Amino acid sequence: MHFQKEVKLLKRLMIGNQAIARGAYEAGVTVATAYPGTPSTEIVDNFSKFEGVYAEWSPNEKVALEVGFGASLGGARTLVTMKHVGVNVAADPLYTLSYTGVNGGLVLVSADDPGMHSSQNEQDNRGYGKFAKLLVIEPSDSQEALDFTREAFDLSEQFDTPVMLRVTTRLCHSQSLVEEGVKQDRPLKEYKKNEAKYVMLPGFARLRHVEVEKRMASLREYVENSPLNRIEWGDRTKGIITSGVTYQYVREVMREVSVLKLGTVNPLPEKLIREFAAQVDKLYVIEELEPVIEDQLKAWGIEVIGKSILPLTGEYSPELLEEVLLGVTPPAAYQLEESIPPRPPLLCPGCPHRGVFHVLKRKRLTVTGDIGCYTLGALKPLGAMDSTLCMGASIGTALGMEKARGPEASRRTVAVIGDSTFVHSGITPLIDTVYNQGNTTVMILDNGTTAMTGHQDHPATGRTIKKSETSRLDLEALVKAIGINRVRKVDPLKTGELEKALDEELAYEGPSVILATRPCALIDKSVKTPMFIIEDKCKSCKICIKLGCTGVYWVEEEKKARINPDLCQGCGLCAEVCKFDAVVEGGSN
Amino acid sequence: MANNTTNILIVGVGGQGTLLASRVLAQAAVDLGHDVKVSEIHGMAQRGGSVVSQVRYGPKVFSPIIKKGEADVVMAFEKLEAARYLPFLRKDGLIIINTDKIDPLPVMSGELRYPEKLEEKIAGVVTKTVALDATGIAEKCGTSKAANIVLVGLVGRTLGMPLDSLTEAIRGLVPAKAIDINIKALNEGWNYVDKVSINIGIE
Repeated sequence: MHFQKEVKLLKRLMIGNQAIARGAYEAGVTVATAYPGTPSTEIVDNFSKFEGVYAEWSPNEKVALEVGFGASLGGARTLVTMKHVGVNVAADPLYTLSYTGVNGGLVLVSADDPGMHSSQNEQDNRGYGKFAKLLVIEPSDSQEALDFTREAFDLSEQFDTPVMLRVTTRLCHSQSLVEEGVKQDRPLKEYKKNEAKYVMLPGFARLRHVEVEKRMASLREYVENSPLNRIEWGDRTKGIITSGVTYQYVREVMREVSVLKLGTVNPLPEKLIREFAAQVDKLYVIEELEPVIEDQLKAWGIEVIGKSILPLTGEYSPELLEEVLLGVTPPAAYQLEESIPPRPPLLCPGCPHRGVFHVLKRKRLTVTGDIGCYTLGALKPLGAMDSTLCMGASIGTALGMEKARGPEASRRTVAVIGDSTFVHSGITPLIDTVYNQGNTTVMILDNGTTAMTGHQDHPATGRTIKKSETSRLDLEALVKAIGINRVRKVDPLKTGELEKALDEELAYEGPSVILATRPCALIDKSVKTPMFIIEDKCKSCKICIKLGCTGVYWVEEEKKARINPDLCQGCGLCAEVCKFDAVVEGGSN
Repeated sequence: MANNTTNILIVGVGGQGTLLASRVLAQAAVDLGHDVKVSEIHGMAQRGGSVVSQVRYGPKVFSPIIKKGEADVVMAFEKLEAARYLPFLRKDGLIIINTDKIDPLPVMSGELRYPEKLEEKIAGVVTKTVALDATGIAEKCGTSKAANIVLVGLVGRTLGMPLDSLTEAIRGLVPAKAIDINIKALNEGWNYVDKVSINIGIE
């Protein structure tokens, strides 16, 4: 291990998420909670690997924050992480946590996704800072991610507030060099019962709200001289206020301009901003998504250019800034006169969800969907999904459709939800379905993991974040306990079985659950033989092609389908759907 | 190289190992004493979608992402992706194309056609084009999955990265059982440079 010692003195490459985990560890954090969600997942994933810390995958973000609150109350420094839309789920405890304040420092990481690389919306969570009255800080590379995280815990304790560390996909998933610091040991803070601070009855909460406003006043003073903000003076004809990774884009294309780089984005340092504004000819605010900084400047009567020239939508880039601010659009050096077909993401070869969507499409059912890999079932050629809103929405949506359109519609409607998503927030709408006498048929696509975010465990896998065995949530027993009398298990790759189950459950007057159970193809370790298409038997019907599997391809010259044995996982779904028995196991084309 | 920064754009199909390739090249650049930034794609696009990893290194690097017309090297793990990201290549830049062909969904479903002879069309406009069957070469090393590392060997040598440095990076980044195969693939890519008849040096 002498090698390790040597490199410790050097800088290491880390993605932002790894640096946040390291920062939390150095700050003496001993409890970390999260629900996986891109682009936040790797933070607690990495943190869980440190010695002597507790980390958990919580069932959802609300629970993660509540456990975090408890840990903070108990005196530990606590890290809670989630993606931007996860903060919506945790918003209930968050707003009131702002009133109670903390005991051990508590930092909530909100990982926003401008450009929606892997999300259903691109909300700007800096807004939470303003409404929940939190200190919000924003780093711009991996080194700052580590440093700001460490600092955030001190600030949380100093100001008795949860601190939001707001990051974005490009920070979370970009690597840059990081110099690690020394881990501080933080003895557990003493726990003292203090109902006036921690029991938010109206009488107590009214007093706490006054404290919150006092805290905001102190924070407004703090940010004026915070080392997290800095002015870089340069050419004063243009001044730019920016924060986060956008700072890097600004510097990439404009090395000479004066920049006020904000590390604290809520509250904003009014005096510092006025000082900067007064000394530059033209002031710009460059911020992705919402005009959070710009609106505040305008409210203060400071003249500024921002969203009048820059977009409210999508991710920014050096290219965009060059074009909008400098009027430069370098022509591409090379371009082909060729139209390039797009390559949308798709279900993996061998994915058990494919069987489900094939059957749902064939039966032309209305499908209310949910969040996970299986949302890809909405795309052609499967194209078997009618709605996707947020985590857990499929079941409530199906019930609502039924209540609006009557029982006939419910015989044509299926709610589709993954196992991890069901545990996250599908249980309460299923209770609603039973309680309010819906007929909804719910399919739980149980692949035994949280697949999309990189295969995290959850309560129904029976393993913890550290892969140790734990009590396994039995989905079948749970569903029965809720009051669903008809629960059946099917193999999603046996389309005949699946179709029969759907026919019977849709016809049944009352709610039912079909558990479509088979492990995710990426974690299924059983070795299977790739399939093979007997050329003479292939009648060119393309039914296998319509499964949308990269393991099967079409040879136009021969008008035949073929299997790519390198990609085929041998799941046999194409053999299952072929009417001419042309697909068999083994061999090679 | 704009602002003394070297820019490598690594493109392919989710699952082809663009992430590992970018990490190996980035680590080797760190060993050479550069400031380095890497932008990666995680999440939904990794499910068979078009993916891009970006490596930038030099005395001081700000943005982790590369502008159009700025990439010194485009490393394409698949032909269609080479064509898609061609506008990112700078004038007189180098494009390396693995001649793999993976049909995207709209082609599989018969809605759109996969363009013909893409590597020839690219070679028709870009002088420094190298097209090779990296997947085939990797297969001979033990697994087609090491095609990414074959390309890393080729690009690493072209950019003047020491072989030792790349080898060490691989040792640190791949699982123990896959190290030997990947080092073999690295050397195959490294030696492939000798077979290239055109000047692919990056100034």
